[in-house]
Amino acid sequence: MPLKVLMFGWELPPFNSGGLGVACYGLTQALSQQDVDITFVLPQKQNVKADFLRLVFADLPKFAWPDMNPYLTSGLGLKTLPGDAPKDLIDAVRRYALAAAELAQKLQFDLVHAHDWLCFPAGVAANSVSGKPLVSHVHATEFDRSGGSSVNSVVYGFERQGLSQSTAVIAVSNFTKNLLTKFYATPGSKIDVVHNGINADDFARPTSIQDALAPLKARGFKIVSYIGRITLQKGPDYFLKTAQLVLRYDPKVIFMIVGSGDMEKQIIEEAIGLGISDHLLFAGFLRGEELRQAYRSSDLFIMPSVSEPFGITALEAVAAGTPAIVSKQSGVSEALNHVLKADFWDTEEMANQVLSVISYPSLHHTLQANGHTEVKKVSWQAAAAKTIQVYQKVLGRK
Amino acid sequence: MPAVCLYFQVHQPHRLKKYRVFDVGHDHNYFNDQSDTDLNNRRVLTKVAHKCYLPANELLLELLKKYPGFKVSFSFSGVLLEQLEDYSPETLTSFKRLIATKRVEVLSETYYHSLAFLYSRAEFTSQIRLHQDKIRDLFHVTPRVFRNTELIYNNAIGRHIENLGYQGIIAEGADYILGWRSPNFLYRPLGAQKIKLLLKNYRLSDDIAFRFGERSWAEYPLTAPKFAGWINAVNGNGDVVNLFMDYETFGEHQWQDTGIFEFLRHLPGEILKHPDNSFVTPSEAVRKFPARAELDVPNYVSWADIERDISAWLGNPIQDDAAGKLYALENSVLRAGDPQLISDWRRLQTSDHFYYMCTKWFADGDVHKYFNPYNSPYEAFINFMNVLQDLKLRLTTLTPAHAQSPGT
Repeated sequence: MPLKVLMFGWELPPFNSGGLGVACYGLTQALSQQDVDITFVLPQKQNVKADFLRLVFADLPKFAWPDMNPYLTSGLGLKTLPGDAPKDLIDAVRRYALAAAELAQKLQFDLVHAHDWLCFPAGVAANSVSGKPLVSHVHATEFDRSGGSSVNSVVYGFERQGLSQSTAVIAVSNFTKNLLTKFYATPGSKIDVVHNGINADDFARPTSIQDALAPLKARGFKIVSYIGRITLQKGPDYFLKTAQLVLRYDPKVIFMIVGSGDMEKQIIEEAIGLGISDHLLFAGFLRGEELRQAYRSSDLFIMPSVSEPFGITALEAVAAGTPAIVSKQSGVSEALNHVLKADFWDTEEMANQVLSVISYPSLHHTLQANGHTEVKKVSWQAAAAKTIQVYQKVLGRK
Repeated sequence: MPAVCLYFQVHQPHRLKKYRVFDVGHDHNYFNDQSDTDLNNRRVLTKVAHKCYLPANELLLELLKKYPGFKVSFSFSGVLLEQLEDYSPETLTSFKRLIATKRVEVLSETYYHSLAFLYSRAEFTSQIRLHQDKIRDLFHVTPRVFRNTELIYNNAIGRHIENLGYQGIIAEGADYILGWRSPNFLYRPLGAQKIKLLLKNYRLSDDIAFRFGERSWAEYPLTAPKFAGWINAVNGNGDVVNLFMDYETFGEHQWQDTGIFEFLRHLPGEILKHPDNSFVTPSEAVRKFPARAELDVPNYVSWADIERDISAWLGNPIQDDAAGKLYALENSVLRAGDPQLISDWRRLQTSDHFYYMCTKWFADGDVHKYFNPYNSPYEAFINFMNVLQDLKLRLTTLTPAHAQSPGT
């Protein structure tokens, strides 16, 4: 008998705004290959290609993606939407929970698995209605999103309730596990760490896209990239400060920012202020082949996140053959040895590392080759196997 | 009638402090870390002296007094001796006391515990001479037996050392060089005339050095009578059992609470209980026992990792790059003639710097991580290359005329 899981998610690629959708897709694909039967619920009908899942849509009225992207809680406050649509993200989350209770009465399953705060009320509702155990999966906390400074108390409340009502909690890293024990009073014994993974071969393949940066590289420029949302949590300002330090020593470097976000304008202004705007490239938000090409075109990838529960982009970079610098305040730094690591605030150290990687081909080559070997082991299959152990634990099997 | 030959390696490198690209051209003191980390050489040396060198020396002195037949030998790197002079003179005094008993032999090695043989015969020979001088100055003895850094050895090293006038040389008794032969006999390096080769009995040596405190080991706990029984079993089957290990085994690699000092305290008595057994120093072994056969070792062998080759120090691109760029400076550094610059350049040759850059995490990760004061091999490389950059800068600003007459 395959294990039957009722899983609540918020987004799946290509209708995703970040790592949450990527992680849900990768994990459920591997779980289904390991004989787990998954009914995956999304708030609204989307044309997602995922034939390994039984997709169910909660059909929230006028739920308009991408206005409902999961990263809207921070900084600017919540968006208010017109008409009989959910009046804001919080309202949508509440309506999702009501729909979840109805679904849970109709469907057959052994346990409930809910991803992040948006789905926690849905998970709690399904758990209450069915009496089946609840596994909460934490990809990010409100403390990561807000940088700890402007925690949304409603979101925090959803998180706490979900965590306390869960039989087991999956955290994407020890970094996140520590936050959960520290700020959410979740007992450590209840939390299992399951690192995210990657299908490394997908990123190792060449693309059909021309390298738009080839002319620059032919003129001797090195490309150092930031790939991620342009928001406080990801530390784009530290990327700029690092760039400024590097350029003092080596002007033949171009710093590329791939992504969009609430700090875009601020970052452009800051670059002008630092006098490095002529060494900065904004590529906008990319996905698919274009994103893969952005990794491949880079000589070095930096993820200077202030608070990063995991950081799948670092896996993507390494899988694409691009050496990476990751902040020590990240989950992915636990999973990879063959990357460079620095505290996000230590821009001198990051600049020191950047200058070394671009000066010494031997270093670039060694990081690339060893990273390639290592990242293959950080697979979704490994993550799925660990997740199944958690399932078996909550079901009292084995 | 096996004789037991004990040789302890005593070495500590000058570790490089955290040195960023921003320091290049501004800071020429590479080894003076003052932090609470293991980059602080004074801190490490003082710690090891108190955990290992001082108590072990005291114990050995006691054993030498108690057992007239007991003998040991040491090999000290020059960089270790410098640090003893600077940070722990009392430890140096206690080593002098041991050597003054005349039953403690001192071996020869490269002053800088370097890989120089692999890059420059001239530099290799210079460092052996520097070491000879240092040993004569401090201990008033002249070594007759040579051991190369980390027991790195091949035929060419054997012959080179013979040409320098040594009577014996030490190497790892790795299975792949011995085949069916036993490490408990002396051999002759291929193509050599007189010099004899002493091979480490790695099973018995590593029982003490690596496995002593390991609770999962079938032979745990290892006692002196049990170990003496294994030595006795060699009787009739070999001339000498060579037990070679880091001196830090006692109290540092194997902590005091494992009972390692008690083991050492009882070992000589237990071994000497058997009337056929004895202790010898390496040069006595060379005098007493014949070379039984010629041994062909075309490739480098060492005592490190499971591979017992040189892949702990060289072979990955960052190690080869760093070492290659360092040795490429040989002629210009020596020609510049600045003693401080030459000393710094040579301190960078200490093999530990390249060991820290080793990326063989998966098989030997634990050992390499334990002995690496840097967070990663990449950090070690970046640090080293920044220092090398500064050294090069000093070299370019140091014209020979300038060096000879600082006033101009």
